[in-house]
Amino acid sequence: MIIAEQKPLAEIAGFVKDCERVLVAGCGGCVTVCLSGGEKEAEILAGALRIKRRIEGRPLETVTYTAPRQCDPEFIEAMDCVVQGVDAVISLACGVGPQYLAERYPDLPVYPAQNTKFAGGSRAHGVWEEYCGLCGDCILHRTGGICPVIRCPKSIQNGPCGGSQKGKCEINRDLDCVWQLIYDRLKRLGRLDLLKEVAPLKDWSKSRDGGPRRVIREDVMI
Amino acid sequence: MKGFEPQIVAFCCLNCAYSAADLAGSMRRQYAPNVRIVEIPCTGAIDQGVLLQAFEEGADGVFVAGCLEGDCRYQQGNIRAKKRLKALQKILDETGLGGERLEMFNLSAAMGVRFAEIADEMTSRIRSLGPSPLKRKWKGSAPE
Ligand code: SF4
Ligand code: SF4
Repeated sequence: MIIAEQKPLAEIAGFVKDCERVLVAGCGGCVTVCLSGGEKEAEILAGALRIKRRIEGRPLETVTYTAPRQCDPEFIEAMDCVVQGVDAVISLACGVGPQYLAERYPDLPVYPAQNTKFAGGSRAHGVWEEYCGLCGDCILHRTGGICPVIRCPKSIQNGPCGGSQKGKCEINRDLDCVWQLIYDRLKRLGRLDLLKEVAPLKDWSKSRDGGPRRVIREDVMI
Repeated sequence: MKGFEPQIVAFCCLNCAYSAADLAGSMRRQYAPNVRIVEIPCTGAIDQGVLLQAFEEGADGVFVAGCLEGDCRYQQGNIRAKKRLKALQKILDETGLGGERLEMFNLSAAMGVRFAEIADEMTSRIRSLGPSPLKRKWKGSAPE
């Protein structure tokens, strides 16, 4: 999932300092699961903004609405009635949501309430970690299911750098050297031969250098 | 502030604090009449949004009272509530309302006297903090 972390209240309040009525839009997707931008968080943010503004003597009216997802046009359309009469929209979705909303509502300012961090998962309750760099050309089949692109600070593709020591990464001693993990796992699987294969150059053209990427599938079009 | 009587909402776990409040009553132990009690099934069930709402709707102070640590009927409810309240106190600081208007207490069902003390403690804390800044009247704004 996409992991996001809410911006400080003061920053969000600053975006809407001249507004009198705003829509606080939660998202029912990833940010609900990582507990930063779902229905509950939208209510809390709206409440906190109202309290702050009332104390400042300039009350803010809020409307809250949580779309099942903010990254699908049909769910955005459903927001047409709730944006009526608001001066701005605050989106609690990942960076995709505010952009979808900005596109749908060209006359309304749309502000992000989140810093969108990474694609990852939960390690424990309240702990999320990055697992995939969205490189567009997955090589996990060669690396024992462990991603060197994102989990190695240098994104090294062909074995550890010289700084790998006792299984720890030279960039951060709290990190396991991912190439040590890859080696250990392939050894356990009896597949160290995979490391001897000369891998083709990684095709970075499928990564993020050519502007926004697109996936098009005729078979699911209606 | 002269004549200020704090309005305090107490969210009390039915397994401990709520019974303790009851016991304080049966013992005829006097405590500050400023506290309004809301029974909840466990402090772990408390929603941060509801606590904010209590402030928005006029509370000068709010406290949540759960079982002694280690004694939660649901094992961890009170520990979780403690962390959630801490996070909410930070939000309250950021809003300008002040996290010190929100507090968590732990007590058992047998601690009627302690409940009365908590009610008094919280009332005097809020009395010294003064009315909630949400009750401040602004020029030109409608009276609350
Ligand atoms: S190799 Fe690329 S696609 Fe595969 S997990 Fe790593 S970053 Fe993600
Ligand atoms: S020590 Fe390992 S994980 Fe760290 S930068 Fe070098 S190869 Fe990458």
